Amino acid sequence: MPRVGVFICWCGTNIAGTVDIETVVETARNFPGVVHTADYRYLCSEIGQDLIKEAIKNEKLEQVVVGTCSPRMHESTFRKAVAEAGLNPFLLEVANLREHCSWVHQDKTEATAKAIALLRAAAAKAVLNAPLIAPRLDVEKRALVIGGGIAGIQAALDIAEAGYPVDVVEREPSIGGRMAQLEKTFPTLDCAACILTPKMVEAAQHPQINLLTYSEVEEVKGFVGQFDVKIRQKARAIDATKCTGCGVCYEKCPTKTESEFEMGLAKRKAIYVPFPQAVPNVPVIDRDNCLYFRKGRCRICEKECPPQAVYFEQQDQILERRYGAIVVATGFDQLNPVEYGEYAYGQHPDVLTSLEFERFFNAAGPTGGKVVRLSDGKPPRNVVFIQCVGSRDKARGMNYCSKICCMFTAKQAILLKEKVPEARSYVFYIDVRTAGKGYEEFQRRAAEQYGVAYLRGQVGKVFPDGDRLTVKGVDSLSGKTIEIQADMVVLAAASVARGDAAQVGRVIGINSDQYHFFNEAHPKLKPVETHTAGIFIAGACQAPKDIPDSVAQASAAAVKAVGLLAKEKLQGEACTARVDQSGCSGCLYCEAVCPYGAISAVQIEEHFRGEKLTRIVAEVNAALCQGCGSCTVACRSGSINLQGYTNAQILAEVDAICL
Amino acid sequence: MSLAQNRPKTEAATAGMEAAAQDRAWEPLIVAFCCNWCSYAGGDLAGTSRMQYPSNIKVIRVPCSSRMNPLFILRAFQRGADGVLVAGCHPGDCHYSTGNYLVRRRLSAFKRLIEFAGLEPERFEVRWISSSEGDKFSEVMREMTAAIKALGPNGKLRDGRWRKIT
Repeated sequence: MPRVGVFICWCGTNIAGTVDIETVVETARNFPGVVHTADYRYLCSEIGQDLIKEAIKNEKLEQVVVGTCSPRMHESTFRKAVAEAGLNPFLLEVANLREHCSWVHQDKTEATAKAIALLRAAAAKAVLNAPLIAPRLDVEKRALVIGGGIAGIQAALDIAEAGYPVDVVEREPSIGGRMAQLEKTFPTLDCAACILTPKMVEAAQHPQINLLTYSEVEEVKGFVGQFDVKIRQKARAIDATKCTGCGVCYEKCPTKTESEFEMGLAKRKAIYVPFPQAVPNVPVIDRDNCLYFRKGRCRICEKECPPQAVYFEQQDQILERRYGAIVVATGFDQLNPVEYGEYAYGQHPDVLTSLEFERFFNAAGPTGGKVVRLSDGKPPRNVVFIQCVGSRDKARGMNYCSKICCMFTAKQAILLKEKVPEARSYVFYIDVRTAGKGYEEFQRRAAEQYGVAYLRGQVGKVFPDGDRLTVKGVDSLSGKTIEIQADMVVLAAASVARGDAAQVGRVIGINSDQYHFFNEAHPKLKPVETHTAGIFIAGACQAPKDIPDSVAQASAAAVKAVGLLAKEKLQGEACTARVDQSGCSGCLYCEAVCPYGAISAVQIEEHFRGEKLTRIVAEVNAALCQGCGSCTVACRSGSINLQGYTNAQILAEVDAICL
Repeated sequence: MSLAQNRPKTEAATAGMEAAAQDRAWEPLIVAFCCNWCSYAGGDLAGTSRMQYPSNIKVIRVPCSSRMNPLFILRAFQRGADGVLVAGCHPGDCHYSTGNYLVRRRLSAFKRLIEFAGLEPERFEVRWISSSEGDKFSEVMREMTAAIKALGPNGKLRDGRWRKIT
């Protein structure tokens, strides 16, 4: 029996307030193997750690058990302390006496009894602990950024500037993302393109950045330091090495279809670049609309292309690359408010979402920069902005605040007044939220200098009324019903996760919240990390976010990625599976369930009754094994075990708890 | 008085049942196996948010719910647990990509097996609790305790030879 030391933490009154420490220590003295017990006010403090280290030396302890907060909190702290005293760091067990006991129970007798049971289980497991050594793993000095919006561009630039190569995967034919669709940005009203396009060009020209546009991530395997990623580069049907970006092809193309970039408000050709400043400036043939791909004739672009870059036979390419770190910056969508029938969206051409309305201000937009009604081409007199469409809406299960709408509505109301001075703006709001540097001042400017009428209350219904729209709502401050004859209605539809965010999260291996926004590892202290080591998130894929926040988060994610890439070696998982080859029959059921391909068959030689025999057994690659333990259950002979969580250890815990 | 002393003596299955009928203070013992990444963290969040639940539940940490060998569950019942819970990440959210798909298949078959063997299937549950669902964690713990209390002590798979050592 190894010599076990048990240490109980009071955690001030956090544990000691509900758990009778004295009783616990007294009881622990009688656990099998325990030769030393101690308790201290704050075991995680330097004095507390010294207490453990001293005891290990003086009492010649071989195993350490601590009854403290959750192992997810301080396990590594105590492992380090144990290692400093000369023990293997894995000869430590943590009993969770705080989060799983003192904080969730009020009755002192019950909590004390439970604390004893948890501690007894930890001690029973500790007795069976064996020293483990974590493998040291290589780091591939290259990062992958998924998403080429402002967050992805910023993260890529920061990583590249730190000296590491970066690949940026963007689904669309050009980088730029949502920001490229905006005309102006709040609260400074500088033009989005003027600040974004230089960054796009910088990213494209940076020697360390490789842009993979019109591409998607198909598969992510591996683990921190060594992610093996499969990227599908969709066929543009253009030889990018020959294309000069002259634009003759899309001038001559006879087929028109709706432009995604213009939110369906304008047409584009079947061969196209999404917008004039696209990076790279290489067109794409949209195979669903191209006459040649649909009907086998036309080929006008091929004939007209001066450098002969059109290449119809081009196939999708699969690129397989290894990356040390991944930054996910896949952005957001604006809710399609067609389900919100009360606002008549989709029933009347002059009811628009704010992103659609944004395009009206752009000189290259569907109306050439004129704010006019789509129904008759006349400038609007009365424009009603409706806030919180699909956000802060408990009845429809959309509880969260979309964060950016109050500000972009103020911006659009100001821009409207500048374009159409005689126009009147009305904003129906629940609350006006302007937390941010210069935001409150900006919104007040809209209300005070630009005469935007803010009406606190919600719109009940929008009625198409001849060529105009009647907006009926309630002013909740005066209690009066309001009726406005509007020429245009703009809906501040919620920012939502990308339609396929859940699927993308699954492929990458990160999880998301109930609205499919990706989860950070800790809501306060790990805002850009995910639960998967080596994968970071940035921008509006995590939650609705404005540009400054997205950029800040992208830089934070980049620093985390660079910190990882800068390491010579990473410490791998120590609690890995191990095969007892003497009992292994080589059925390889374990191989079938391993999600990491860490198990493979090997041939071994054995001497049996003077004969040399060879047979097949399973072998675990400790560098690949992540320690889930699926294989241990698949093994029919119990020959594969998970170190740190062996069958014997878990059974010992069960027995100790059931005493 | 500790919980262990409150629980029925385990001389024989029926004796335990009778003891429970007489002893109003009978409290069930429920062993919960929680995966490290989601459910154990969910439990931590329940703690951080001070969401109270009965102390009948004792949690054992496993790296992944797919580490759950059905034998661990049988052992718990054998040694006197009145209920067993296995909790893991939501399907699709497994930290190890596919572990909880395996456990879903393995343990749904196992649940039918213990039912076939004569144990009330309600004594064994599999739940998906994410790291952000502290409220769900405490809710599941309350529900499970209430359900097991209604069922009474586990007399079926209990090994009568098992005695207390302390």
